[in-house]
Amino acid sequence: MAKLELRNVVKRFGDVVVCNGINLDVEEGQMVCLIGASGAGKSTLLRCINLLEPTEDGGIFLDGTDIAVPGLDPQAARKKIGMVFQNFNLFPHMTALENAMLAPRRVYKKSRSELETDVASLFTRFGLADRMQNYPDQLSGGQQQRVAIIRALAMRPDVMLFDEITSALDPQLVGEVLDVLLQLKQQGMTMVLATHEMQFARQAADKICFLKDGQIIEEGPPEQLFNAPKHVATKEFLSRALK
Amino acid sequence: MTRRELFEHRQKRRSIMIAATSTILVLVAVIVFVPMTPGWEKVQKSFFNGAVLAKTFPRLIEAFKLNIMIFLWSAPLIAILGLLVALARDAKSPALFPLRILSTAFTDVFRGVPVILTVYLIGFGIPGLGLPRPWNSPYIWGSLALILTYSAYVAEIFRAGIDSVHPSQRSAALSLGLSERQVMRDVVLPQAVRNVVPSQMNMLIALQKDVSLLSFIGPVEIFRQAGVFKSLLANFTPYVGAAIIFLVVTIPATRYADYLLARQSRERS
Ligand SMILES: Nc1ncnc2c1ncn2[C@@H]1O[C@H](COP(=O)(O)OP(=O)(O)O)[C@@H](O)[C@H]1O
Ligand SMILES: [Mg+2]
Repeated sequence: MAKLELRNVVKRFGDVVVCNGINLDVEEGQMVCLIGASGAGKSTLLRCINLLEPTEDGGIFLDGTDIAVPGLDPQAARKKIGMVFQNFNLFPHMTALENAMLAPRRVYKKSRSELETDVASLFTRFGLADRMQNYPDQLSGGQQQRVAIIRALAMRPDVMLFDEITSALDPQLVGEVLDVLLQLKQQGMTMVLATHEMQFARQAADKICFLKDGQIIEEGPPEQLFNAPKHVATKEFLSRALK
Repeated sequence: MTRRELFEHRQKRRSIMIAATSTILVLVAVIVFVPMTPGWEKVQKSFFNGAVLAKTFPRLIEAFKLNIMIFLWSAPLIAILGLLVALARDAKSPALFPLRILSTAFTDVFRGVPVILTVYLIGFGIPGLGLPRPWNSPYIWGSLALILTYSAYVAEIFRAGIDSVHPSQRSAALSLGLSERQVMRDVVLPQAVRNVVPSQMNMLIALQKDVSLLSFIGPVEIFRQAGVFKSLLANFTPYVGAAIIFLVVTIPATRYADYLLARQSRERS
């Protein structure tokens, strides 16, 4: 049993089928990268996993339990699945530290003082100890995105989802955010990324999934997918993406 | 000074000169020509009478304190009721459906009726039930009329503020495992309230003026007091005095609201 299993996941917006029967296994500690043209359905798939979008059909199994059963309270699953977004989505009216402490305070009913050392250690680990008291608009894009990662990690999730988290960053700030991902991988975090960073995916991912029109057309280890893609669509996409 | 600064300096002096000249011209025209009109002397005597102003001004200020009192107890209640109505209108749970209908009807009705009519109906209607003191007081029911009317408007502004918070903020908060209620309280509302502060300032200014409508059902606030003086002295100057007192309060408040609005649109850009 994999940590996270998607079985025939279907998602529609009106008549448009955005996820068309997705099957995916993510083993514990694995980093899986979703690649594909914009509009392929990567973001929607991640949002479905986090139950931000209700799915029409199929199951999403976390540790063997289907979390996408209609009518089930999504909160329980969201506690265990962290998500980081392209545009950071930090809460602008809170400091970096407050951003990170809000969810554990509310969901686990812990006090600030109980949490502070724990959360502060996350800031230290990712090189932001001196930025904890800053508001989001006082931070660079790279720093904001790292705070967003810390905020998700503060809930101590089992799985982390990342939706093109470097796409909104200036090129020189991309590295510091990707470094955080490598660090998390070393620590054994289970991760699913939607990304356009092909070099990074090639070096760091355990598995690459190529999405097109809401389906996983091809999947496999990076060497195989990048060096010997089987499908024409994958070849075409990669030749354009790696140019 | 750089070339650019020199140029801008000259430009600025030029526009100040032009503005000053045209202002002086307008003022001279008013000062010279208005007194030449046939009715000016009479108007001056009955509207701009220094002696009458000096005599009535202190009492007008005294009466204005009542306006301030009514304003002070109404404003916080309006803020609370307005926020509750805004939240009720967007309530999703089916159990709260009646509340949603009720709050929608509430905003429709009280925004659809002229304030003065609401003041009349509630201010005369409820004491007409023959309630014992102090429950027959026009202060209570007049204030209630203002509170209901203004809550309806304030609720709509809060709702616009809630809508103005980007949906991605909700997504982010939900993804952390917060409940809908927690998302609203900790993430959406604080931003929504901040976004609508300038608009709500304008509502406060409007309320401050509309307190005078209570004069029609009894309380001797500044407008009513000015009316008493007008009858007594057969002179309209007390109304001008009342207008001056209002302006002393509302102009700075209006300037401040505009300043907040300008600052906010600067921050957004
Ligand atoms: N909320 C929505 N309502 C309607 N259509 C949507 C919505 N979100 C995404 N889509 C559509 O779903 C498709 C996949 O979008 P998305 O998941 O954002 O792709 P990707 O992240 O791979 O670029 C697109 O055609 C997009 O227009
Ligand atoms: Mg996307």
